[in-house]
Amino acid sequence: MSATLLVTALSFAQIALALAGCFAGWRILRGPRAQDRVIGLDTLYVTAMLLFLVTGMRTGSSFFFEAAMVIGLLGFVATVAMAKFLLRGEVIE
Amino acid sequence: MTHLDAVPLWLAVPVAFLLILGSSLTLLGTIGLVQLKSFYERLHAPTLGTSWGVASIVLSSMMLFSWLGSRLVVHEAVLAVFVMITTPVTLMMLGRAALHRDRTEQSPELPEAVQRALGSAQAPEAAVSQKA
Repeated sequence: MSATLLVTALSFAQIALALAGCFAGWRILRGPRAQDRVIGLDTLYVTAMLLFLVTGMRTGSSFFFEAAMVIGLLGFVATVAMAKFLLRGEVIE
Repeated sequence: MTHLDAVPLWLAVPVAFLLILGSSLTLLGTIGLVQLKSFYERLHAPTLGTSWGVASIVLSSMMLFSWLGSRLVVHEAVLAVFVMITTPVTLMMLGRAALHRDRTEQSPELPEAVQRALGSAQAPEAAVSQKA
């Protein structure tokens, strides 16, 4: 009973997060300007991180958590670097 | 699915609820990212996913792994705290970058208040340049 409930919820979460990633990817491809693409990429990072967490819950292993941690860290650095580039035209001055 | 069978129903219900809540909010945020018209509106939509989406999925993950490991598992909280600290920083920098780019290009996408401020600020400059 509880396994059925959990599997249903995990499947729903995985499908919803995958759809969310598709929408973020659509914004990356479509985005009229560079900042739209950057915010789409940032959203895609967060969505992929959540998808890894949910997949880790489904398989019951802690490896996915470490991957999610790496995605979170890299996403922050990448978005800040791109925002800095848009603002100043250089990343490191 | 052997490890999920061991979870009792009183724990499975809140875990499932938090999972569905978090993923639905994240999905709604990205629908907003696609639907909204200007960049400054789109900046707000994904924060739905980075605030409550991350928080509730991390909470449900903590609850499930605490039961499966028979001990308190809190290392997922690091992830939630990290995302909640970094999201405002990145979005502020992105917003400022977009504002800077729109100002230098006189883009019509600028918010009205900024356009008015820009217009009053540019009038003296134009007068000065005419004088010179």
